[in-house]
This record gives sequence, C-alpha cells and structure tokens, in this order.
Amino acid sequence: MEILLPTLLTIITAATPLLYAALGELVTEKSGVLNLGVEGMILMGAVCGFAMVHATDSAALGIFAGLLGGAALSLVFALLVLGLQASQVASGLALTIFGLGLSALVGQDLVGLAYAGLPKLAIPLLCDIPFVGQLLFKHDILVYGSFALTAAVAWFLVGTRAGLIVRAVGDSHAAAHAMGYSVLRIRCAATVFGGGMAGLAGAYLSLAYSPLWVENMSAGRGWIALALVVFATWRTGRVLLGAYLFGGITILQLHAQAAGVGVPSQAMSMLPYLATIVVLVLISRDHNKIKLNAPACIGKPFHPTA
Amino acid sequence: MFIQLIKRLAPSKAMRAASPLFALVITLLTGVILFSLLNVSPARALYAFFIAPLSSLYGWAELGVKATPLVLIAVALSIGFRAGVWNIGAEGQLTFGAICGGGIALWLHQVEAYWVLPLMLLGGMLGGMAWAAIPAFLKTRFNTNEILTSLMLTYVATLLLSLLVHGAWRDPDGFNFPESRIFSEAATVPILLQNTRLHAGALFALAWVALAWVLLTHTLIGFQVQVIGQAPAAGRHAGFSLNRMVWFCLLLAGAAAGLAGIVEVAGPIGQLLPTISPGYGFTAIIVAFLGRLHPFGVLCAGLLLALSYLGGETAQITLNLPLAVTGVFQGLLLFFLLACDVLIHYRLRFQFRRAVA
Repeated sequence: MEILLPTLLTIITAATPLLYAALGELVTEKSGVLNLGVEGMILMGAVCGFAMVHATDSAALGIFAGLLGGAALSLVFALLVLGLQASQVASGLALTIFGLGLSALVGQDLVGLAYAGLPKLAIPLLCDIPFVGQLLFKHDILVYGSFALTAAVAWFLVGTRAGLIVRAVGDSHAAAHAMGYSVLRIRCAATVFGGGMAGLAGAYLSLAYSPLWVENMSAGRGWIALALVVFATWRTGRVLLGAYLFGGITILQLHAQAAGVGVPSQAMSMLPYLATIVVLVLISRDHNKIKLNAPACIGKPFHPTA
Repeated sequence: MFIQLIKRLAPSKAMRAASPLFALVITLLTGVILFSLLNVSPARALYAFFIAPLSSLYGWAELGVKATPLVLIAVALSIGFRAGVWNIGAEGQLTFGAICGGGIALWLHQVEAYWVLPLMLLGGMLGGMAWAAIPAFLKTRFNTNEILTSLMLTYVATLLLSLLVHGAWRDPDGFNFPESRIFSEAATVPILLQNTRLHAGALFALAWVALAWVLLTHTLIGFQVQVIGQAPAAGRHAGFSLNRMVWFCLLLAGAAAGLAGIVEVAGPIGQLLPTISPGYGFTAIIVAFLGRLHPFGVLCAGLLLALSYLGGETAQITLNLPLAVTGVFQGLLLFFLLACDVLIHYRLRFQFRRAVA
C-alpha cells in the first residue's frame, strides 16, 4: 500500500502528456488530417511554456504560451497541407524537424534553469477521502484538465452536431463539401486544436513533469501519441486507456531502476518503444478493425475546385 | 488581394526543377531575417554559413565527409518514397549497422588483415538490413504502419548503442569513459586526401548514386517502383506485388544506412561512441525531397545539406551562434520546398476581389 499510492500518482503524471497529445491528434485525424508533427509541436509547447513562466512568473500564462506555441506550429502545417496541398506525411516530418530545431534555438538560454513546478490544487473535502483523495484530488490544473478534455472530446465527437460535421469531413470530404460545409476551414480548426493540445502536453512536460527545459526533452512521446491513436482505433475512451497503459510502462521502468533490478537502465528505457511496436502489431493485425474505425479520408488532400 | 490555386492540366516539369531553387532563395531570405533577430549581421552570418567552410581544401574534404552518409541514405530513401514506402527510421538502421560492423572491429581488434574492413562493411550493411527487416516484416505480415515502427526502432537502436559503450564494449583502458576501443589500422576506412578526413566512403556514395540511377531506369524492379508510386492501381493490375516492394525498399535503405553507419564509425569517428550521428538519417529525408527523389538531384542536395552542417559549426565558432540554427534552416528548407511544390500542380491566379462562386 505504501508503494502503491506513489506508483499510481507517477503513472498519472507520465500518462497526462500522452493523453493531451493523443486526444488532440485524435480530433485532427477524425477530420481527415494526419499530422505527423506532434513531436515538434510538443517541443514548441514545452519551450514556450517554460520561457513564459520564467519571463512572467505566472503558471497560467506559461500554460497558455505552451498552448499557443503548439497551435502556432500546427497553423504552419495547416497552411501547407490545406492551403497549398502539400503532402501530409512529408509536411508532418518537416514540422517535427523544424520544431526540434526551433525549440532548441529558442530554449538555448533556458537550459539549466529551475522551476518549482505547477502548484498542486487540492479539492476541498474530496481530498480528505483516504487513498482516493490523495490519488485523484491533489493534482495540478493540467491533470484535472486532461480528465475534463477526455470527457469533452468524447462528448464532442459523438454527442454534438459540430462533432458529427468533423467526422463527416474526415469520412467523406466530397459529400461534406456538397452539403455546403467548408472542408478546409473545418480541417484547419481541427488541426489547430490538435496543435494546441500537443502544446499543452509539452507545457506539462516542462512545467510539471520534469520541470525544466532540455533540448529534445519529449523523447519520442509525440510518436507514441500517434501510435496511441491507432491503438485506440480512433475512439476516445481507448485513448485514455492507452495513455495510462503507456504511462504505466514508463513508470514501471523507472521503479525497476530505483529498486535495483539487475537490468541496465538503457534496456529498461527501451520498454515504451518496444511496447508501442507490440501494441501496434496487435491492433493492426485485424485489418477490418482498422478499416471500420479509421477516418476514410485520412491523409487525402482536398481542393474545392478540383 | 486573394490568391487562387488553379489546377494545371499536366504537372509542370519546369516547376519541378525550379521549386528547390525557389525554396533555397526563400530560405536564405528568411535566414537574413532570422540573423537580424539574433543580432548578427546577416552578411557575416551568411558568409560564415556558406562561404567560409569552403575557403580551404580541408573544408571541401569535410563537405565530402558530411555528404557521404547523407547521399548514401537519401538515395535509398528516395527509391522508397517513390514507391510510397515511408521508412523514416534510417537513423536507427545507421546506428544498428554501426553496432554490427563496429562489433566486428572490436572482436578482431588484434587481427591486422586486409579482410577485416570488408567484413565490417558487410556486417554494417547486413545489420542495417536486419533492423529494416523488422518494419518490413511487420508491415507485410501484420499491416503495421512502417512510419511508426521504423521510428520507434530508432530509439531502441540508440539505446542499444549507449548500453554497449557504457557496458560490455567499453574500452578497458579508457578511464571509464563511455567509448569503445579505437579501431585498429586494418579496421579503418582509408583516407583519400592526405591531411583531411575525406575517406573512401565518399566513393561508395558516388558509386551508389550511379547504381541507383541504373536501377531506377534500366531494371524491372526500378520500373515497378515508378509504376507503384505513380499509379498503385495500375501496379496491382500488372501483378506487381506491393509486399515485395515494401521488402525491397526497406532492405535497400537498411543496407545503405547500415553502410553509412559503419563507414562513419570506421572513418571520421574511428570508434564507437554513445552518439555517432548528428541526425543524418532524418536530414536524409530532406535531402531526398530536395533532390526530387532522383539520384543525381540527391547528390546535389546532399552536398548542400552537408554544407549546412559545416556552416552551422563555423557559425558556432566564429559568431557564437547556437548549433540549433542548422536544424531550423533544414526544417525551413523542407517547409519552403513543400510549399513551392504547389506550383508543380497548380498555377496561381492573383485577384483583387474574391470571385463569386
């Protein structure tokens, strides 16, 4: 019991950035856009958030800057693939390479600076419940936000008219266009939403998880988030499940190292990446399952006059 | 003012050739703005980036050193990209190739024989192929996305290298630094130009460019690559196997990246270190696109991107600019290239008022 609570708490912190990034990408992909630049957007969010916190000393402004950093980068992507009909795969890779370089450039003076971390907000009364209170009701704002976001995305995609339109655009852009919806505008909005959420994932990494800034600190989380969306077969609930599964694997290796298991740390660090491959294989094996849930127009360009 | 995209009847060949030049010019202009923002004189910065590195014979030799892995990998990647096989894990294949070939060098460190180096090169290529075979197998057998698996394997390969040089392969006389032994004379790629680091690997890169051109234009498999890339349906009707194409492209890229990796550690580096590449496997993606997925174009693009690495180092030393500027430039170049490519399929129409649809 004494080990269980800290372990579960660290799983939550490891899962939160994955959850933000994957939920954002889920909405983007549902609209038919495949943005492979999640890694770059996370890094931009991380560096913007950290820089803002050091400039203003305000956690709220830091979080907002992270959101804006990711969203701004995704806007560049949207301009390329929606405005100029560029290849989505190539543009996404470009976004990752560019985000990696730009964040390192912006953050060169931030390396080595410290930050106390986002304040923990205990919810009165609820946090006094033994165990559960400690586990669920003593977190920073971004952890609460990730729960709210999961519920909001699930409700938006399944329960709202706007969500239905997003899905329609992703499943058949020609039909949506014929019905009078502006395919490009809707896709742009979904892409920028995805960028903003990746930015929040980054802000969580640099403001709460680590909290510091180092070059390339996301360490592949953007790509794992992309894999999570496939793993979840584009369903919100399973994104939540997947993010916590991977958070658990990340934490498992940290705890194993701390406990002095006789395996080199590098071998343990391979676990999340290997697990990603295994999980992708298990899901992709069933071709029909992917086909049934994947947005039919994903990655396909759309030009209204063509 | 509004800009409208009007679809061309046929893709413009002129624009396909001009687009990289446009992208380069726009990147340079953006560079001027970027340097002004960083409080560096743009003229001095551009000089440091593009002229100063090439002002000596040593500089030109270094250009060859940096271009070698980029060209080796990018030529192979461009064949895959033509066929729609998105292998973005070349960095991992490079690393695993270096591990396998470097392992042979360490194992045979007391043997001074002419066959050590060829064996290492073979080991490097086979290692790269083995690493690339994993995404190929998963793609063809389980339909797993090769973008994600090849990338995840890059992280695994990097960690594996770190594990080895921190542990089993650490130099016993190396004061506990995470480095392997320095390779013996027989396990080192010969130098082409005295007093420089230009090594025989550059010849492999040139030969590979020529070979790839023959492969694409004069063989059946090259023809299949072109057809499947341009019209997958036509390829299927012609009975070309998509699975075979996936295997072919990935193994080819694995071999090339593995060779690049072993040439790098047996050449300029001379031993195994925790980090052996400044991201050649990723930059090669830019090289492939900038070179229009054509072997000769890739050669030119490889030299250009090699210059960006050299320029970044020069600018760091002479102007105190952060090394990250190189990455920003490389990213910008790919962005602008992708943006300018719109002109291949569309023409622009400028209007002063929005057309009534």
